[in-house]
Amino acid sequence: MAFLEISNLQKDYAGNRVVENFNLAVEQGEFVSFLGPSGCGKTTVLRMVAGFETPSSGSIRIDGKDVVNLKPNQRNIGMVFQAYALFPNMTVAQNLAFGLKVAGKSKAEIDATVKEMLALIKLEELGQRYPFQLSGGQQQRVALARALAVKPKLLLLDEPLSALDAKIRVSLREEIRAIQRKLQITTIFVTHDQEEALSMSDRIVVMHKGKADQLGTPFEIYNQPKTRFVASFVGTINVLEAVVTDTQTGSFLLNGTELSLGRSLNTFKTGDAIALALRPEAASLGAVAGKSGQLHGKVQDVNFLGSVIRVRVKVGEQVISLDGFNQPSVAPPKAGDHVMVSFAPEELLVLAD
Amino acid sequence: MSFWRSNRFWAWVALAFGVLYFALPLIGTFEFSLRMKRGEYSFEAYRVILGDPRFQATFMYSVMMALLTIVMGVLLVVPTAYWVRLKLPRWRPVVEFITLLPLIIPAIVIVFGYIRMYNTSSVLPLTGSAFGTDILMVCGYTVLALPYMYRAVDTGLRTLDITTLTEAAESLGAGKVTILAKIILPNVLVAILSGAFLTFAIVIGEFVFAALLNRPAFGPFMQLIGANRAYEPAALAVIAFSITWLCMGLMQLVTRLQKHTQVKQFR
Repeated sequence: MAFLEISNLQKDYAGNRVVENFNLAVEQGEFVSFLGPSGCGKTTVLRMVAGFETPSSGSIRIDGKDVVNLKPNQRNIGMVFQAYALFPNMTVAQNLAFGLKVAGKSKAEIDATVKEMLALIKLEELGQRYPFQLSGGQQQRVALARALAVKPKLLLLDEPLSALDAKIRVSLREEIRAIQRKLQITTIFVTHDQEEALSMSDRIVVMHKGKADQLGTPFEIYNQPKTRFVASFVGTINVLEAVVTDTQTGSFLLNGTELSLGRSLNTFKTGDAIALALRPEAASLGAVAGKSGQLHGKVQDVNFLGSVIRVRVKVGEQVISLDGFNQPSVAPPKAGDHVMVSFAPEELLVLAD
Repeated sequence: MSFWRSNRFWAWVALAFGVLYFALPLIGTFEFSLRMKRGEYSFEAYRVILGDPRFQATFMYSVMMALLTIVMGVLLVVPTAYWVRLKLPRWRPVVEFITLLPLIIPAIVIVFGYIRMYNTSSVLPLTGSAFGTDILMVCGYTVLALPYMYRAVDTGLRTLDITTLTEAAESLGAGKVTILAKIILPNVLVAILSGAFLTFAIVIGEFVFAALLNRPAFGPFMQLIGANRAYEPAALAVIAFSITWLCMGLMQLVTRLQKHTQVKQFR
């Protein structure tokens, strides 16, 4: 049995279904991210796990125990919020001690845990400071330590990095993951930032319109997106519209050129429209050995992104983005140049709607 | 633009007019209060007033009423304002309207309502005893101070992210009473003190409730002295103003001394 089991979870607000038939099993010590755009229901699911929202139907079991009817303060769940939510009237040490005092721990135990937590977040010197005397990153580390101090069964992180600037975000996400690995605490992380989800998670749930569109490892989510939404939301992707010409050989007509996936398309019929996904880094400019798919087009624009150069090529009615490493000795193409786009057709992904 | 035509000139004129309007009567009153001894300035009127046992008794009675009113106001207003902000945000305009009613309904209407409802032949004959009448007085004063206390506390709560703080505390195992006592109350303490000082200032000079409910409060004493003496009422007025100013000064002081009022949740 999984440590956290969410079964058939649904949530309705005034007749509007915001979470639909959500199922998830999380193992002990696993780090799972809910990834999706604003309004997809990811925070609502998290808040139902925390007890701040009541599900319309379904069950949530933590360590084998159904917690749906338990109040938030009875669930033994640690939560970190986007807005830090440190108690402004308390020092860092008092914030860390709050949950322990509520639990009726002895003074010696509280002092030892506060010291341990301050060491864990490397803020030993700042125990007597008030929240307003800390930077955003420090406040969020205190919030994390405060949630961990009570030794919760489950750690919930609700977009904890969103209010921070880019550099601190990267360093803090590494720190959060390191602490999570060290403590082996089961963690649910909500984010709309795909880079955060891909870099931190053991598994990712990509959510869309209240449903889990796909559940998988970051590698699976990025390389084998199952739906058009997952493909477009996670990373940059080219969605190419083609027409099936032979279901047995997996042949299709793309912009007047017949290509083959090298695998059957049994779920389609000949003549069906089909959406194929191609990552920008899987396509190249010019003829490349082993990439039999070749399309001709005109460069629309070139974006210099530092280590990567992104070229957008108009092929017929479609625009294909290509990413190539920046090589100082090779000049990038210019807008208006006629170029050839090559790719391996067998690397194309077939998307469901 | 010349100085005479500039906005700054008219601003100074307005300020000078305001100062004269407010200060002249007070200066006049103060000056008059010092003239009890013929031909010289003295604090004789203050000595007489402060030495009057009725002053001490009525003042202490009103101070006690004010403190009880503050306690009752805090117990009533803080949980209500917190709950409305947390769970019933749509009801905020309704609650605000209700708390403003004492400004619209005269105190005399409220006190006659109390006398009709709680007289000796009613189910709850509070006016039948001094203790019962004191309870009525505290309830009435709480109602009178409600617009100030509610506004002060609500403004204090507005500066906090009540929902997230509550949820954070709940996730750490705290119940609602602990959250109110340990997190909400300390964070709106300055606002509560502002409301408390306003309440104190209102109750200490209140006349209608005390006179009609026949209780020995400071307000009726001031009226009694004012009707029978010349210089002492002026001294009393200066004392009453001083108490009010002291309350305002204390409000400013606690606001500045509060360490964590410089809260910046987002950076």
